[in-house]
Amino acid sequence: MADALVYVYAVSVAELAGTDELSAVPGVDGAPVRVVADGRLTAVVSSVDPGRFGEEALRRNLEDLRWLENAARAHHGVVQAVGRHHPVAPVRLATIYVDDDGVRALLAAHAQRFEAALERVRGRVEWGVKGFAVARHDEEQQEPAPDLGPGAAYLMRKRAAGDRARLHHRLVRDAAEDAHRALTALAVASRRYPPQDPRLTGHRDEMVLNAAYLVEESASRQFRDAVERWDAAEVRLQLTGPWAPYSFAGLEDQ
Amino acid sequence: MTSGGMPLPMGQRPPSQRQESANLADILERVLDKGIVIAGDIRVNLLDIELLTIKIRLLVASVDKAREIGIDWWEHDPSLSSGRPDLAEENRRLRERIDALEAGRSAPRNARRSRAAERSPERQGDRDG
Repeated sequence: MADALVYVYAVSVAELAGTDELSAVPGVDGAPVRVVADGRLTAVVSSVDPGRFGEEALRRNLEDLRWLENAARAHHGVVQAVGRHHPVAPVRLATIYVDDDGVRALLAAHAQRFEAALERVRGRVEWGVKGFAVARHDEEQQEPAPDLGPGAAYLMRKRAAGDRARLHHRLVRDAAEDAHRALTALAVASRRYPPQDPRLTGHRDEMVLNAAYLVEESASRQFRDAVERWDAAEVRLQLTGPWAPYSFAGLEDQ
Repeated sequence: MTSGGMPLPMGQRPPSQRQESANLADILERVLDKGIVIAGDIRVNLLDIELLTIKIRLLVASVDKAREIGIDWWEHDPSLSSGRPDLAEENRRLRERIDALEAGRSAPRNARRSRAAERSPERQGDRDG
């Protein structure tokens, strides 16, 4: 391959360089995965064909949904493989350098921040939790009606229904906050995201919690149990993970 | 179940616990929106990717569900013609037809009549218009 480009998946610690854990992990476009070391850091990379990863080709390929899905799954697979045994700072999809020197320069330029990020996530995993409002069936309470005309009685019923809906909504929000508080207490750090748009996800129920939690590996089972056993009438929790710490290994100070 | 509190690699978890951990939307959200953003040497247009992310999310959610609530833009989006070659072909044919019709409107009567005759020889008696 003439003038291969260098695709970067993630940054990890120096120890990774001495292993062959990544030798069997398929990279993007099936490329083998290797490392570029610099000081106390190791970048996890693949050499890739500029015919597919150069700027023009990349723009075209990213529009190809099948290509993008394959690339995303491969990228994620490499990140997860690294994170299985080492602290890892995942890098965004399609981060590409002209050569290894560029990658080494990246590591050197941000060495302290990378090292801080890796220490922040060492021995920890990310769990994703989504909370959904439980659909309720409105039950009209049969209260003795005061002596009202039919119009006024109708308006009173409407208002009562509105009050019940508002109350339910508040209970749902409170339940979501309760869940987030309880889970945060079991985690080292947490990060909340806006609810995903139901038009995008197809979820029927309203999403009232969308969060990531950084949890000590030793506390993971307890965390998972807490989510799976969460019993609230108003909110249903959904767990994803374990993930490499995508949400917690950033270079900015947290 | 975990051993010594260490989380199991996803592949080893029983299916009931894997839940959505392999869900494409969740993976794309992480590799595209989370993780460290570094300039790199190759420029990638982030806005395009974000828009693409939305399109992908629509697709990975139930297509039927999306149609139900009136979202069906992909059926009219020519840029999704990969895997739908008939759509691109149909567009091409329609554009050709429009071009021909528009050209026909400004052409002299005789030319139009002979063009109409070429297309449908059995309709010789057609009026112009």
